Amino acid sequence: MTVSKTETIPVRSGDDVVRVRQRVRALAIDIGLGLVDQTKIITAASELARNTLDYGGGGEVRAEIVQAGTRKGLRLTFEDQGPGIVDIEQAMTDHYTSGKGLGLGLGGAKRLSNEFQIESSPGVGTRVMITRWK
Amino acid sequence: MDRIPILKLGGTLIVTIQVDMHDRLALALEEDLTAMIARTGARGVLIEISALEIVDSFIGRMLVSIAAVSRVLDAETVLAGMRPAVAITLVELGLELTGIRTALNVERGMALLKARLPEDRAGHWSERDGLED
Ligand SMILES: Nc1ncnc2c1ncn2[C@@H]1O[C@H](COP(=O)(O)OP(=O)(O)OP(=O)(O)O)[C@@H](O)[C@H]1O
Ligand SMILES: [Mg+2]
Repeated sequence: MTVSKTETIPVRSGDDVVRVRQRVRALAIDIGLGLVDQTKIITAASELARNTLDYGGGGEVRAEIVQAGTRKGLRLTFEDQGPGIVDIEQAMTDHYTSGKGLGLGLGGAKRLSNEFQIESSPGVGTRVMITRWK
Repeated sequence: MDRIPILKLGGTLIVTIQVDMHDRLALALEEDLTAMIARTGARGVLIEISALEIVDSFIGRMLVSIAAVSRVLDAETVLAGMRPAVAITLVELGLELTGIRTALNVERGMALLKARLPEDRAGHWSERDGLED
């Protein structure tokens, strides 16, 4: 798999979450994703960026256009140095929230992506990587 | 701070969301709408979202919360004009818009709300009576 384009977007404020959505949309159009797939990856990105901000205390997103053979994809990696997640399985469960959310962000982002990976260590931080293929 | 304008048309409050809402704007809209329902005694709230490119769990929560507060204040909320791609994504996200009725477009949304209005007002439906705020 090769990476043909990389950009990093900070996630420090609510305005940054809007910016993440806008950049993801532009990159999704870049690789020719259809309207529904664009909407799915932007929505997933919005969920994960908000988690990075609200629970991770801020961080950044790395957005990459990747290619595997003739397939193009958009890969997004959300990273923070926040408190981390003790029980990932619980966090991934729909409707589980430690705050006042709906508890749909992580599970929803997984359903809206083709690939989903989460790594987290308490006290170190959290990294979530999603990919949507064309 | 920016705010989303709220239009009063007869007994209905109409909001058109045209921007990619950041969180503060969404929260301000919820407050403004609630205050305006209480002040005007509106029986219906129509939220037009055809310009919205996504509805994530944050905006979804705000919409559900607006509908819940409106109901307590005896007003019904209708969400009009959701894009098909947004609808498909919402389902996959797992978001249920509890307590919110949806309509394909503003016209159908207004028809839904009209059914709730008292007789004497229903006749003046297409007129802009009372453009407040
Ligand atoms: N980056 C993160 N750092 C630490 N904890 C996190 C992070 N992301 C998610 N979590 C934890 O996982 C839980 C579930 O996250 P999820 O996004 O599914 O739901 P939510 O954010 O609580 O609600 P919603 O996203 O529906 O508004 C969160 O409540 C939080 O406890
Ligand atoms: Mg979340």
